[in-house]
Amino acid sequence: MEPVLQGRGLGKVFGAHQALQGVEIDLFPGEVHALLGENGAGKSTLIKILTGAYQPDAGTVVLEGAEVAFRDPLQAQAAGIGTVYQEVNLVPNLSVAENLYLGHQPGRWGFLNKRAMHDGAREVLATYGLEIDVRAELGSFSVAVQQIVAIARAVKLSGKVLVLDEPTASLDRAEVERLFDVVRRLKDRGLAVVFITHFLDQVFAIADRVTVLRNGKLVSTQAISGLSRTDVVRMMLGKDVVFAHAPAMTEAAEAGPALATFAGVGKKGSVQPFDLTLHQGEVVGVAGLLGSGRTEMARLMFGVDSADTGSISMGQPLTLRSPRQAVAAGMGFCPEDRKVDGIFGELSVRENIVIALQAKLGWFKALSRDEQDDIAGRFAEALDIRAANHDMPVRLLSGGNQQKVILARWLAIDPKLLILDEPTRGIDVGAHAEIVRTINSLREDGLALLVISSELDEVVAYSSRVVVMRDRAMVAELKGAEISPQVIVQAIAAQEGAAP
Amino acid sequence: MNRSLRPLAATAIIFLIAYAAAAFQFHGLVSTRVLGNFLTDNAFLGITAVGMTFVILSGGIDLSVGAVIGFTGVFVAVLISWAGIHPLVAFVLALAVAAAFGAAMGAAIHWLKVPSFIVTLAGMFLARGAASVISADSIPINHEVYDWVSQAYWKMPGGGRISLIGALMVAIFVLGALIAHRTRFGANVYALGGNPVSAELMGVPVARTTILIYMLSSTLAGLAGIVFSLYTQAGYSLSAVGVELDAIGAVVIGGTLLTGGYGFVAGTFIGVMLMGLVQTYIIFDGTLSSWWTKIVIGVLLFMFILLQRLVFRAQAARA
Repeated sequence: MEPVLQGRGLGKVFGAHQALQGVEIDLFPGEVHALLGENGAGKSTLIKILTGAYQPDAGTVVLEGAEVAFRDPLQAQAAGIGTVYQEVNLVPNLSVAENLYLGHQPGRWGFLNKRAMHDGAREVLATYGLEIDVRAELGSFSVAVQQIVAIARAVKLSGKVLVLDEPTASLDRAEVERLFDVVRRLKDRGLAVVFITHFLDQVFAIADRVTVLRNGKLVSTQAISGLSRTDVVRMMLGKDVVFAHAPAMTEAAEAGPALATFAGVGKKGSVQPFDLTLHQGEVVGVAGLLGSGRTEMARLMFGVDSADTGSISMGQPLTLRSPRQAVAAGMGFCPEDRKVDGIFGELSVRENIVIALQAKLGWFKALSRDEQDDIAGRFAEALDIRAANHDMPVRLLSGGNQQKVILARWLAIDPKLLILDEPTRGIDVGAHAEIVRTINSLREDGLALLVISSELDEVVAYSSRVVVMRDRAMVAELKGAEISPQVIVQAIAAQEGAAP
Repeated sequence: MNRSLRPLAATAIIFLIAYAAAAFQFHGLVSTRVLGNFLTDNAFLGITAVGMTFVILSGGIDLSVGAVIGFTGVFVAVLISWAGIHPLVAFVLALAVAAAFGAAMGAAIHWLKVPSFIVTLAGMFLARGAASVISADSIPINHEVYDWVSQAYWKMPGGGRISLIGALMVAIFVLGALIAHRTRFGANVYALGGNPVSAELMGVPVARTTILIYMLSSTLAGLAGIVFSLYTQAGYSLSAVGVELDAIGAVVIGGTLLTGGYGFVAGTFIGVMLMGLVQTYIIFDGTLSSWWTKIVIGVLLFMFILLQRLVFRAQAARA
């Protein structure tokens, strides 16, 4: 059978960053093809090239044997390639029928033929097993229904290839089943379906073949039938180094007294209740795939989101309604997306370092310029922040140095507990080791650290304990000799219900 | 019930209650004569508000309409009284100028990615300034067409009269409602107000739609300027100052969401009528300062914004 859509040697460069390199992909009619990879693996770049949102810098896209170059997604759609995103890209204030027909409405004498539109919409949706009032506005339906309407529109207008970009991220179990039912119908109709997700269960439930990307390169394309979950996780997290000897913490360093206790803390739709106690002078690593609930857990612990169950205590009971309270209690948080949530790019290194301390003191106790210089100087030296001077905008620094500036910011308030979300993401490899060293030395200073990372060999290198997240729940806690990349991978990949 | 219908229903109910209460106090209010005057006196505001409805539905705002009314009045008066051009020709020219002005603002909003607030604020100064440069004084218009139009009316049962300009406003509302709800352009306007990014991905011609929206608003403001000149038999550069805010008020009171996407042209009609009712009541009362109109309208506006918030928050909580 001939593939309906092929990508051959696709490459894409953004500035100095090679987002995609030499990627090959074949999509056959009547197959569900899962596309997997961690953040920054190049999934969305690949999808955007296939659907016309980006033009490749290298390689070609071949549709039914003929080379194509799409200017924009509309052109790709007209050629037969439709896309449905996680954030439903429809217009919530229009009716279901209008959403199906927008831009292609049946008309009569210059006016819309609403009756034809409503009848047509009912007919189309019936083939998806959806019987709803098509005149009602789209926004009044659940995300799952909106998702199916979006699929119906994409298939109606394209009809050969359907790309589903994380369609299940905000759906519950029953809704996912319903969506899969729709996907199976489309598969039977002979469409090629590309399915992007972070949920392994779903990959094994629906996909025929899997393509894994890592760091912009193709790892492998394989039939799902010959793969185990561990194989897939290993391909995604990569580095066969994982299974070589990593310098693990040999003995669990004797942890100090308990510092913070999170008992049954959880939030509906975010993270299931978890128990976690952090001690002085220990690093707890958090492992798990993207979307496993690891970031959500950190957000609950720092009060960015409010937990709806459980209790927190740090010496005394603590109610967290905002990060401000968490800071007052002695916590610091370096978020995952440094550029968006972390640094103030236009402010200087000095201002970035003192800002949390200043906020904690309150605006009426302004730090003098000398005090600011002193603090910035001290931490810049301690963390080896390399900047020409402390008055240059922080956006001009390298990723590793920016990360250290954020660390310095929290260290300046003299915290007891630091939460680091992917501290080595987007930092060049040389700087990784430095961040790891810094984490180790902070632990020796008696801080408690919670570090979220998908770099397993790093997690192993600094953690005295590792908790594993899967499907928005804490599923395992590993100690001492148990901590090895192999065990972590197995815990992440373990079947629902089976022992990790 | 469709959630965008709720603010509309609320407006209609409040109008009926207010009308009933006012009529209970002043029986004279219940007559076709009052109704006729209602339509005539608010014609220019109503016509402007139809255009404003489209702008707000698309998520924008047009602050230039009052100035465009003023400019059109002066422009038409100069053409007729100074240049001796036939009024109908002058009307066509004035509408063409207004349409071009609106298209230019729409193009600037789309291509330069400048918020509509800023672009139409500049447009407001431009139009008002241009009107004052042409003539700072009021220019009277004496022409048989003007005499004829201002006398033209149809009789209603009960002794009331529907003037030509009152009927014109009603016709514009009907036409506006048809365009909003029965054409592709109308669907595109709602789509832009709902989610411009999605709308573009779904193939809505965003550039053309944006330009058409502001063109429509300016053209209708131009028409309102002509109507205003018919109503006052003159053109004056400082007329209709602040009418843009009255129009926005009528649209919002009429149940259109200020952030775009939800609302009805028919709601704007009720909004205009409600504002007119407040004014008429205060005139009937005779003891209240006319500034009470502004206060009552301010309170109404505030109530409606609050009501929309509540309706949409309740919806969000359930979804």
